[in-house]
Amino acid sequence: MCRLALKTADTPFSPYEVLTGMEAMQEGYDGSGLGLLLRGVSFEDYKYKKDEQIILSGIAHTEAAFKRLQRLMEERGFEQDYDHRFKVDSSQIDTSDRYQYIVRVYKKPEGLTEKELEDRLMQTRLFLRKNGEEHGNDLTIFSFWSDVVTIKEVGWPLQVGDGLGLNDERIKARVVMAQGRQNTNYGINLYACHPFFIQGIATMTNGENTAFVPIKEWLEGKKIPGYMGYQSDSEVFAHILHYVTKRLNLPLAAYKHVITPLKTEELNAHPQGDFLKGLRTACRRLIIDGPNAIIGTLPDETCMLVMDQKKMRPATVGGRPGAWAIASEMCGVEALVPDRDPALDFQPMREHTVIIPPERKELQIWSQFDQFTLSQAA
Amino acid sequence: MVSVRSVYTQPSSLTYSDLPWIIEHREDRCTLCGQCTAVCPKQAIYLTYRRQRVPKLDILKKKRGNEYRHFVGIRQNTEVDKMCIGCGMCSSVCPNEAIGPVPNPNEHRSKFHMDQKGDSWKRGGRRNLSGRTVLDRLSFGRISMLTDPALDAGRHEFNANTILGRVLPPEEYIRRQAAGEWIPPTREIFPFVIGSMSFGGLSPNMWLGLLQGVAYCNEVLGIPVVMATGEGGCPPWVLKSPFLKYIILQIASGYFGWDEIIRAIPEMQCDPAAIEIKYGQGAKPGDGGLLMWFKVSKLIARLRGVPEGVDLPSPPVHQTLYSIEESVMKMIQTMSMAFNFRVPVYPKISGSTSAKSVLNNLVRNPYASGMLIDGIDGGTGAAYNVSMDATGYPIASNVRECYQDLVAQGRQNEIPIFAAGGVGKNGNVTQNGMALIMLGASGVHIGKYIMQACAGCLGNELGRCNVCNVGICPKGITSQNEKLYRRLDPDDVAQRVADTFSSIKTEMKKIMAPLGRSQSLPIGMSDALTIDDKDVADRLGIKYAC
Repeated sequence: MCRLALKTADTPFSPYEVLTGMEAMQEGYDGSGLGLLLRGVSFEDYKYKKDEQIILSGIAHTEAAFKRLQRLMEERGFEQDYDHRFKVDSSQIDTSDRYQYIVRVYKKPEGLTEKELEDRLMQTRLFLRKNGEEHGNDLTIFSFWSDVVTIKEVGWPLQVGDGLGLNDERIKARVVMAQGRQNTNYGINLYACHPFFIQGIATMTNGENTAFVPIKEWLEGKKIPGYMGYQSDSEVFAHILHYVTKRLNLPLAAYKHVITPLKTEELNAHPQGDFLKGLRTACRRLIIDGPNAIIGTLPDETCMLVMDQKKMRPATVGGRPGAWAIASEMCGVEALVPDRDPALDFQPMREHTVIIPPERKELQIWSQFDQFTLSQAA
Repeated sequence: MVSVRSVYTQPSSLTYSDLPWIIEHREDRCTLCGQCTAVCPKQAIYLTYRRQRVPKLDILKKKRGNEYRHFVGIRQNTEVDKMCIGCGMCSSVCPNEAIGPVPNPNEHRSKFHMDQKGDSWKRGGRRNLSGRTVLDRLSFGRISMLTDPALDAGRHEFNANTILGRVLPPEEYIRRQAAGEWIPPTREIFPFVIGSMSFGGLSPNMWLGLLQGVAYCNEVLGIPVVMATGEGGCPPWVLKSPFLKYIILQIASGYFGWDEIIRAIPEMQCDPAAIEIKYGQGAKPGDGGLLMWFKVSKLIARLRGVPEGVDLPSPPVHQTLYSIEESVMKMIQTMSMAFNFRVPVYPKISGSTSAKSVLNNLVRNPYASGMLIDGIDGGTGAAYNVSMDATGYPIASNVRECYQDLVAQGRQNEIPIFAAGGVGKNGNVTQNGMALIMLGASGVHIGKYIMQACAGCLGNELGRCNVCNVGICPKGITSQNEKLYRRLDPDDVAQRVADTFSSIKTEMKKIMAPLGRSQSLPIGMSDALTIDDKDVADRLGIKYAC
């Protein structure tokens, strides 16, 4: 079982803090890998401007791949502003074929609408990923988006953090997601390591998604760019969140209704039961099955946590105005926000969606039994 | 004694050792009560008076002579139309265990003489091919253990229902909902449907029992079972009852009973579950329905609007329709409109190499709300033996192909595929059904299994019984003769329907729980399936395990 931790705070903090939180939950993972996603990024030696710049994250495994990446980005008209170099201590890193960890800031292309820009960034990420795959997987690209840094590596989380010098305060973020352990259900692959990312949306999960194959087949059949890869059974959760919020334009609270719909008897008594029954039928192929706690973040720094229908994976949320943590275990929350009132910690039940809005004043606990905030659904 | 010369043998004369079933009669136990001969639906046995010569061997007397012993005994008929069908009714009524049929392992010469009076052999039942089917051989190999713990079939809550009706793509659903446009009707049903067995094919008592059982499953047990009527309409009192919502009305190429249905529309208290348009059946693909004259009783004649005692063969195609495009356009739309677009309308076709093209046609018709494919192992009340044995297409690969075709288009389950044909043939009804569901079916139709499980149908895959066509069903399931169907108590049938579906539901949980599935039916969960045959695994796109 993996362990997950997310911290969101008004003031940027070091991702290493979350790794120490992970260490508190160390009994829950086997040290086979670490995935980190940072949002609301700031660099010690560079003033990053979210509105004007975008960040590419990944790994160049060879020098040739690194040079090719530089060339390809130039060819595609991306102008580099900053290249963050980790102070790598290779004695702490298990793998040897890491020529360079990439966190590079580029200028946002101009003259594009928001939609065009989003598509362009995703297409570029997919292009680079494909290019790496065509060259014997010498290039791994995790994300290409404004304000998002993704780091994935094989090994014990804290050790990876030490190896990349994450405790040197050179890189900080307002939201950090971390997951311990590589993918174990399918092949070991850097892409299979959580969190998963698509167009600003990122999720991480523990447990296993039994409904993976039918969901994957449906998403792939949609031929929506970016709905590909699926080296992990839970990668579909990020894409479902993307589909619900970006394609169906439904509010975040609808996500839970799609992945774990209520029973017919419950919907019969629901104020918008008819709409939700229809939604359940239309999205039936996206119903997840299996023990999962899904933790995610959205481009506006909203954070969220939902459980599977049976609540078979633990997750807890706690914090204070200005700093909140979501973790698989209470000790994880304790490590991340020690100065909170633990009595206000909350363990969501099967009907809940916990939402931490970007202003981080308080938690929103959304119940599936509540009325849906959607005018058309009324 | 009769002389040898006087025993006339003709080309089709048979001895009882040429027949598939031989009656074993123990004279030492028999009390000649006559129950066996009275109950035999085929008159395969008869009481007969015999004389036996007993030579007198009294050596002290000069005069030699014979004495004759006279006795009454039971003998087996060797005429083809009266040959034993192995139903075993004789042994079930015998108070002394003195009689019963035994299968004859010898080559059955009767096969060559089934075409009596120039008519090919027609029968009811199924393909009569014994042994494990592909469905029986599929096993559920993906077991949740560590990352994903298995669920508890006895304690967890499971949602095992399926959707009958067209499912819109989510974007389209949201758009139509916002615009207040028509949204195709759907039904949440139990994935095991009682398949089309007509009122006419089945006896009134059987029909009543099924209907009672289905109502009980829905209203008391909370299992939303629906049943299909088959061709031949529906009794008027059912059409006007609140139970109509559990009924799928079938319209087939003979249109029997449809004027009654149309006339009843204004008086219907609720909508039927769905309308099934029959284009083909798995047991006699490319062939219409067939109700033989033996079964066209006064009641059936009235219901179907035909004279009594005539054969009722339906044409193989809908005579007014020229092509599938036209069928889809005309029939599906017309039937949808007749029920005010509130009732799902879907076609039933025979499994065949062209199933995929039919499906693709349906996907593009906004009113089509499903597709039922019936494979070669399907059963029937009457068909030519050659159709049943040798015409058709197996269901597993057909369903899989169709499903995968939809997957490639990102439209899986938009048109729910239902599968039929041999589900539960060897008794493994839940396993067979769930295997088909994991291959991509949204549900399955079961007919013969229901007759066997709920009414004690005697037929098996070794050619046993198979006389549904001639109205002499020894259990009263498929007979219109009240002397026969009074043998079947509708209440008992209803009880068995409830038992059967309760246990199917339990078994479904026992399959879903180890796979870690409980929230939704594992439609298309092909990663769970394994088979010990490489070729089948490749063909179905599942794992090979041995």
